Amino acid sequence: MDIGTITQKLLEGSVVSLEIFAVTLVGALILGLLLCFVRMSRFMILRIIAKIYISIMRGTPLMLQLFVVYFGPYYLFHIELSPSYKLIAVFIGFVLNYAAYFAEIYRSGIEGIPEGQYEAATILGYSKVQTFRYIIMPQVFKRIIPPVTNETITLIKDTSLAFTLAVAEMFTIAKQVAAADRTVTAFVIAGVIYYIFNLLVAGAFAKLEKKMSYYK
Amino acid sequence: MSLLEIKHIKKSFGDLEVLKDISLKVDEGEVLAIIGPSGSGKSTLLRLATMLETADSGSIVYAGLPDAVTATKAQKQQIRKYFGLVFQNFNLFPHRSVIQNIMDAPVRIQKKDPEQARSEAMALLKKMGLEGKANEYPQQLSGGQQQRVSIARALALNPKILFFDEPTSALDPELTGEILKVIKNLAAEHMTMVIVTHEMNFARNVADHIIFMDKGVIAIEGTPEHVFNSDNARMKEFLGKLGD
Ligand SMILES: Nc1ncnc2c1ncn2[C@@H]1O[C@H](COP(=O)(O)OP(=O)(O)OP(=O)(O)O)[C@@H](O)[C@H]1O
Ligand SMILES: [Mg+2]
Repeated sequence: MDIGTITQKLLEGSVVSLEIFAVTLVGALILGLLLCFVRMSRFMILRIIAKIYISIMRGTPLMLQLFVVYFGPYYLFHIELSPSYKLIAVFIGFVLNYAAYFAEIYRSGIEGIPEGQYEAATILGYSKVQTFRYIIMPQVFKRIIPPVTNETITLIKDTSLAFTLAVAEMFTIAKQVAAADRTVTAFVIAGVIYYIFNLLVAGAFAKLEKKMSYYK
Repeated sequence: MSLLEIKHIKKSFGDLEVLKDISLKVDEGEVLAIIGPSGSGKSTLLRLATMLETADSGSIVYAGLPDAVTATKAQKQQIRKYFGLVFQNFNLFPHRSVIQNIMDAPVRIQKKDPEQARSEAMALLKKMGLEGKANEYPQQLSGGQQQRVSIARALALNPKILFFDEPTSALDPELTGEILKVIKNLAAEHMTMVIVTHEMNFARNVADHIIFMDKGVIAIEGTPEHVFNSDNARMKEFLGKLGD
């Protein structure tokens, strides 16, 4: 196979990788915030549940979690698995996993805001929700950009784990092509594409960080 | 007329009895200074009066309002409109510009017209000698300037009483003068103020009434003359230590 054909196949696969990336990033940023609220809840039982969830998600391999999400419905409820569920299972597994990491990032961001900010807002008459929305969250947002950047870069590379469920993303394709072609060309090109994508994402985050640097 | 009446309040943190039966009154137009050694409970008293903490017993009543000690959530929101608080370390919002720090609460909480809030905020900045700093961010200002912004932010809500908790003690010595001058000017305008301070000369010159706190009780109180010339042993010891 010539390089042009290989590249084209990989780029087709990269669309799926991109989908996994985008769904995970958006889904996990939202679910992570909710999870963070549970983790910081007033109720100890909720805090403990969230803590255990986060600990398991961060303490076991994502690959294993993907298997559980994919095969779980069959083994638990004997639901027939349709092939289209594979990609859905990848989305679910990734979002559930990354939400745990983002929840901890949010939490350390929120805990880093000085108590005085809450007190000043309370004295000025802001309600709890207003304080969080207008005073705390904007500051948290700025603080978490660097750790979120790190997680996002890891996520780009992690999308390749979807090969375990044979979802046709870029790495799965690269493996197929490499096997058929009996060369590592596909892997090299895939690596270049991952790398370029990472540079773009890192650049975008650097821009965002710069935009937020109007205050210290 | 009394704007605030505190009666028999007590407050403990665990086993530590920080305030033991404190009663005081703040009259309209009065400047009350609270002095005393570290750990005597001055900040705790202000935090109870401003509802950042809740007293264990006793009552805190702002003229015509429900008792702050037993107030419901909704009543507390209502009581908060009555006073402002200036913190030792300013607690400005770092992500908002100077003018936004001052006008955000009037617009968002009081639902004031933004243009009106802005012009009032500008007038306050001018009064504080900071009209050129409206669009800067807190970190770009000196400590003294930040404290003046935080005073403007409190004044923007038109409080009837303004509390200060050591407004100059986070500042370099050469910057304390500008804050004391601002407070002095407010006193001349008959702003009712309660000021916790370690600046004895300032307390002597500006306060109408002084409370000397020691170990959670009011050890002595009265006019500056009365308090500073008192024979109270603890007061003498306190002044002696400051003199060193
Ligand atoms: N939230 C709290 N939990 C436990 N102890 C507290 C708390 N707040 C204050 N204290 C204790 O209460 C006592 C009085 O503290 P407070 O801050 O009111 O003193 P202060 O007179 O303002 O002193 P300073 O001049 O140093 O500011 C101190 O022993 C302090 O350690
Ligand atoms: Mg104090």
